[in-house]
Amino acid sequence: MSERRIVVVGASLAGAQAAQTLRRQGFEGVVELIGDEPHPPYNRPPLSKKYLAGETDYDSLRLRSMADPDELNVDLRLGLRATGLDVEAHTLHVAPAEAGAGSGATAEPHTINYDGLIIATGARARRLPGVDLAGVFELRTVDDADAIRAAFDATPSRVVVIGAGFIGAEVAATAREAGLEVTMIEAQDSPLQRVLDRDAGMAIVDLHRGHGVDVRLGVGVASLVGDDRVSGVVLDDGTTIEADVVVVGIGVIPNTEWAEDSGLTIDNGIVCDATCLAGSDVVAVGDVARWDHPRYGLMRVEQWDNAVDQGSYGAKRLLASWAGEAVDPYAPIPSFWSDQFDRKIQLSGMPGEQFEIVQGSLDEQRFVQIYSDAHGAPTGALTWNRPRQSMQARMLLESDADMAEMRDTLGG
Amino acid sequence: MKVTVDFDLCESNAICMAAAPEVFEVRDDDFLYVLNENPGAELHDKVREAAERCPKQAITLED
Ligand SMILES: Cc1cc2nc3c(=O)[nH]c(=O)nc-3n(C[C@H](O)[C@H](O)[C@H](O)COP(=O)(O)OP(=O)(O)OC[C@H]3O[C@@H](n4cnc5c(N)ncnc54)[C@H](O)[C@@H]3O)c2cc1C
Ligand code: SF4
Repeated sequence: MSERRIVVVGASLAGAQAAQTLRRQGFEGVVELIGDEPHPPYNRPPLSKKYLAGETDYDSLRLRSMADPDELNVDLRLGLRATGLDVEAHTLHVAPAEAGAGSGATAEPHTINYDGLIIATGARARRLPGVDLAGVFELRTVDDADAIRAAFDATPSRVVVIGAGFIGAEVAATAREAGLEVTMIEAQDSPLQRVLDRDAGMAIVDLHRGHGVDVRLGVGVASLVGDDRVSGVVLDDGTTIEADVVVVGIGVIPNTEWAEDSGLTIDNGIVCDATCLAGSDVVAVGDVARWDHPRYGLMRVEQWDNAVDQGSYGAKRLLASWAGEAVDPYAPIPSFWSDQFDRKIQLSGMPGEQFEIVQGSLDEQRFVQIYSDAHGAPTGALTWNRPRQSMQARMLLESDADMAEMRDTLGG
Repeated sequence: MKVTVDFDLCESNAICMAAAPEVFEVRDDDFLYVLNENPGAELHDKVREAAERCPKQAITLED
């Protein structure tokens, strides 16, 4: 049999991790890593934090897992986009990404035959519909971050952030710390209702207001105004906020359009079984994957930690299926962090209907809060500037600890 | 295996501790302590996982 070929689509956190894992696991066939961005794989979290603040440079963003593709014998092809997929035929269609400057940018559109496919195309920032003005940005890529930084540096710079999700809140904090005038607008009456209870959401609002961010809650955006450049944001209640820079942080959309006619199930992500298998010889990992978590059901996670974990898992899973080995389902306790001003906000596990603070307080902006379900079983822990307890909570959740154990270890 | 942490990069988010608590510990003072700079072979997989998971890429391993 000729050499096997595994193609990884999406050359970012999950894809790079998957490609590296294939080699670590001893896979000796061809590994091709295809990405439509012109840049070698890099890390996104600093884009709203230290990189946006100018405290770290581009080199520090580079992902270590793909620092040396040659050494790993990975064929890294940048500036190349997957445009179609036929799962039954095991073929992938690719074409140069229009603005790409990478090695794939000069290639003609062509077809790649694969034996195994790892889908890691992630997600992109949702845009405000119908807005085409200079000075309005989303934040997903390093190019976005560079453009926003340049806009921050131009004077005068009044910044409006639309959406008080984690990325919006981080951008607002970074802009404020740079001394800019910042307004953050949130349509709901408390931020992050999907992941935080109201009090914890309001603690984020208090944190921002305490640092001089003008936070507007429960009001939507009616329109953006300006000639070529944005000059203001009009709210539902008729007020206009003057703006030189608008950053839109209203969530992400999984990048699945290219695989629409592939035979895979697509529904808010690439739908997979409990082992991240999406179809014959196809796994999906990272922000794009919606898999059947044994504990939580179908879920898609937009978190750094999961992209690394699932990238490794997906690579191993593909190899295991060829070796005829059984694999455990992918059942991580999700966890993520967000840095805003001098606070480190971490959530391990999932939010729940009930919550209690077992250490510290909202007023101190340093606390440990345990979430539990209607039956009183713990589901997760939210911590502010309590990293040790956040990870302890994760370990406890992994071992199915009950509420008493959680209180015991995390309280006091 | 020799474990080193670049404490200028480390943000004490304790993610490494979840992967390899035998080697990494973030204490209540919010500092990371490396409990064992030369972990035995039985810990190598866990330590590698910790290094991969560190979002600051602050952990370096030498064979
Ligand atoms: C500003 C910012 C801050 C963040 N901060 C945090 C944080 O503090 N904590 C946290 O847990 N998470 C954070 N995240 C989320 C984290 O970065 C993501 O979960 C992670 O990047 C997901 O990795 P991924 O590889 O699955 O997807 P992505 O990083 O989205 O990468 C997908 C790659 O595939 C490429 N691609 C898409 N379609 C195609 C195609 N058809 N052909 C070829 N290539 C394609 C994309 O261009 C991209 O390069 C942050 C994200 C952003 C943007
Ligand atoms: S995971 Fe990295 S940044 Fe976090 S505590 Fe460990 S070494 Fe420090």
